[in-house]
Amino acid sequence: MQVPVLLFASVAEAVGANTASVALDEPATVGTLRAALARLVPGLAGASMIAVNAEYASDDREIREGDEVAVIPPVSGG
Amino acid sequence: MIHTHVGAAVIHPGEVIERVLQPRNGGIATFLGVVRDHADGETVLGLEYSAYAAMASRELAAIAAEAARMAKGADIAAVHRIGALRVGEISVAIAVGHPHRGPAFEACRYVIEQIKARVPIWKREKYARGDSAWVDPTVEPIAREQSGESREGEPQEGEPEADRVSAVQVPAAGG
Repeated sequence: MQVPVLLFASVAEAVGANTASVALDEPATVGTLRAALARLVPGLAGASMIAVNAEYASDDREIREGDEVAVIPPVSGG
Repeated sequence: MIHTHVGAAVIHPGEVIERVLQPRNGGIATFLGVVRDHADGETVLGLEYSAYAAMASRELAAIAAEAARMAKGADIAAVHRIGALRVGEISVAIAVGHPHRGPAFEACRYVIEQIKARVPIWKREKYARGDSAWVDPTVEPIAREQSGESREGEPQEGEPEADRVSAVQVPAAGG
């Protein structure tokens, strides 16, 4: 399954892109996504949260076709 | 009444306060986040805020709803600005109206602390010495200064973040 992932801030800068297309074996989870991202750039997303459909998700959350997935590096708003 | 917004428009604090100024509210508590001219010993010229817009709006609305439940009967207005801001400009404005000041103060504090903890907005500081860097809230200020980690990988001059949209293929684990 090919999963488009939105990238932001320092993670987007490390990758050099605002999006990444990640191939994941099914069933895919946030945890397997993290591992795939770490293969892209070692340590990538280690400190980041992952959001699925604009909600924070834990590592055991399943990722399905059509989900909007985003890497959320430590936030610094406010 | 709850009003929240994430957007690029200049924030007018009076307008934010107006939203919670109701005859029944005896206390209005407000917070303004303002771009300051220094960070970790460096002189700052401005900030650039970027956001995961859909989620930021959603989280801000959720935070305001939580605060309204905590301070029963509170009216809440919270606005976060994104884009490029200069020193002295308002980045976030919160106003809470409640019949009594205690719950108003508490709800106002809750909203800003939650914004800083979980709303997907990031700021990039522009320093007087010429470079800029994403703020990493997980690193202690002195450690950040010494490690220089936050200085790595800045985009080239004249290359805005938003223009670099490319798909990066990451193969599956397999085998």
